[in-house]
Amino acid sequence: MPDTVISFENVSKLYRLGLIGSGTLSHDLNRWWARMRGKPDPLLKIGERDHGNRDGEFIWALRDVSLEVKEGEILGIIGRNGAGKSTLLKVLSQVTAPTAGQIRVKGRVASLLEVGTGFHPELTGRENIYLNGAILGMTKVEITHKFDEIVVFSGVEKFIDTPVKRYSSGMYVRLAFAVAAHLEPEILVVDEVLAVGDAEFQKKCLGKMEDVSSRNGRTVLFVSHNMRAVERLCGRALLLQDGKIAQHGFTKQVIAEYLGSGMRQTGERVWASPAKGPGDESVRLRAVRAVGADGKVASEFKVTEPFGIETEFWVLSPGFLLDVGLKFYNEDGILVFATADFQDVTWQNRPRPVGIHRSTCHVPANLLAEGTINILAAVVTNPHTVHVRETDSITVRIVDDWQPGGTRGNYTLPWPGGIVRPLTKWTFGFEPLDNRPELHGNGTREKEAV
Amino acid sequence: MATLSRAKIDCENWTMIIRPQRRWIDLRLDALWRYRDLIALFAWRDFAANYKQTILGPLWYLIQPLLTTVMFTVIFGHLAGLSTEGLPQFLFYMSGTVIWSYFSACLSRTSNTFITNAAVFGKVYFPRLAVPISILLSNLVTFAIQFGQFLAFVAYFGLTGAAIQPNGWIWLTPVLLGIMAGLGLGFGIIISSLTTRYRDLQYLVTFGVQLLMYVTPVIYPLSAVPDKYRWLLLANPMTPIVETFRFAFLGAGTVDIIHLLYSFAFMVAVLIIGILIFNQVEHTFMDTV
Repeated sequence: MPDTVISFENVSKLYRLGLIGSGTLSHDLNRWWARMRGKPDPLLKIGERDHGNRDGEFIWALRDVSLEVKEGEILGIIGRNGAGKSTLLKVLSQVTAPTAGQIRVKGRVASLLEVGTGFHPELTGRENIYLNGAILGMTKVEITHKFDEIVVFSGVEKFIDTPVKRYSSGMYVRLAFAVAAHLEPEILVVDEVLAVGDAEFQKKCLGKMEDVSSRNGRTVLFVSHNMRAVERLCGRALLLQDGKIAQHGFTKQVIAEYLGSGMRQTGERVWASPAKGPGDESVRLRAVRAVGADGKVASEFKVTEPFGIETEFWVLSPGFLLDVGLKFYNEDGILVFATADFQDVTWQNRPRPVGIHRSTCHVPANLLAEGTINILAAVVTNPHTVHVRETDSITVRIVDDWQPGGTRGNYTLPWPGGIVRPLTKWTFGFEPLDNRPELHGNGTREKEAV
Repeated sequence: MATLSRAKIDCENWTMIIRPQRRWIDLRLDALWRYRDLIALFAWRDFAANYKQTILGPLWYLIQPLLTTVMFTVIFGHLAGLSTEGLPQFLFYMSGTVIWSYFSACLSRTSNTFITNAAVFGKVYFPRLAVPISILLSNLVTFAIQFGQFLAFVAYFGLTGAAIQPNGWIWLTPVLLGIMAGLGLGFGIIISSLTTRYRDLQYLVTFGVQLLMYVTPVIYPLSAVPDKYRWLLLANPMTPIVETFRFAFLGAGTVDIIHLLYSFAFMVAVLIIGILIFNQVEHTFMDTV
């Protein structure tokens, strides 16, 4: 049984939103005095939470994360933006300290949160290899030992004595990754560095990381949005959501959980009172819901079926011109489309009276491809004021029921993909061959050859 | 029993434990030693990258103190007519400039450690003290060059019969440098630790260093200071250093071993306070910078 080399015990990390420092010296002194006596920060409110992982002006980037990683394991870490992936790596690589909990580690940790950290543009490639290697924790002797290998891997032999500011961005990244790839720590922490460089080089990097783990028994923590890379590289994966571990297990299952939406799918969100709804002093969100053609709330719609998104909000003070905007994101975080009621004349130039308003956006059938759609709802005063902006307000799932009616027709294999699945109009042309003697001739010859 | 001892061994095997708060005395100097190559490379980088793409290159290291000295000679020597205790004005000002610029460079460059290195510090861990220490080293190289130039002028003036008497105090130069490095580092890292929250300090540093120069006998000798203000200069830990340096190489000035011990003690105190604060700030500063 392999040894546990990393152990997270109830690790939490709290960030403060907005201004740094409490703004007043007396608060700072107050805090400082509390810290000196080993008391918790008096200005830190813990316990009361409104929603998600936000806690007033504080945000829990990590909350009670406990985790064990075995020697030689390549653990993939996935999750939406802001789920706490990078924070997890930062805490592990000691860039910043956790707010609570502890992490125990066996062996040297090298972190690759960015390629080319500390590269100096005026220095040559050769000089930067030494500098960057040392920053990543190598000694001069180790670097000299690996120098030729690094240069060959990077493929910039010819320019090794040229200042790196003259490099193309591709060369720069290749050199930087080459240095990092030749680190020999027991634990390697990698964040999204594969997002750079061309496809061929990315392949090379993935191969190198596989090598590192399987041949040398080193442990790798790998954060990425690239599901294919995670699936290929990692035996196990960790899904983070709002700073907590949502799932930890075999990569395939975790990715399926992340892409599919089982637990995240919500066709309706309702806020009980204006005080609880997101928004400002004049407009508060009351509800966002997805409704089918029958007017009932649902969270799953067929590709071939139209549906509506209702946005309900309280107007608490009169006199505002308000518009509702929606953004539809797919599971890869890609904005599929954005829409708003700007073109509709119903409320154009008409200040909204106090009360509950409802706007419904009708999404046509045969627009979205199958998958999970996260909807951002916003209420704005065109064009400058955002009263409400609720990301991931609701999540609906678009499914392909394999029935004729959409662009699928009677095609029976999985659809090739795409972020939209419009029903396109086709026109056709046809000319019979009979009146084209020159083609006729060819045809005859072929027949003879057979 | 067997499982118990196995568990115990397991516990002791951890090479690193990351906790929210670090103890005040947990300085991790061993880690700093492991990163000695990095310190050397940082120092070399600062030195090498400084004057790239300048026409005169490293010559600037010689030109800078020369220009300052000439300026001081004209303004304070000729126009203001300040006393130089009978020493050639040029040498008097150069001795002050050379020694002072080491201290001021150490102080002002270490004082923005966190701000200028935020990008690197945010992405990779290494003992943060490596940066200010490397600054001391690269400045030491600069000092060595300027010091060489100063010695050449001392030799020239000596041979041409100027009234200067280099003496045995010369051997104390490394000690003077050590005290200055410690003072520069100590003050620098205190300021850099505070600037992560209160950015205002950054602007005060340039001004503060200049002000400090005027209460240090750089452009005038200690002996020329009225008794009323003497205490102010003697409270300044840099005073004995500049005076001793000048006395050692030129033979005029006030040397008192007690004053030097005071500077030394002051340096030790500032350095300890600085390292303790720095140590506390370094592991969460990324959240506030």
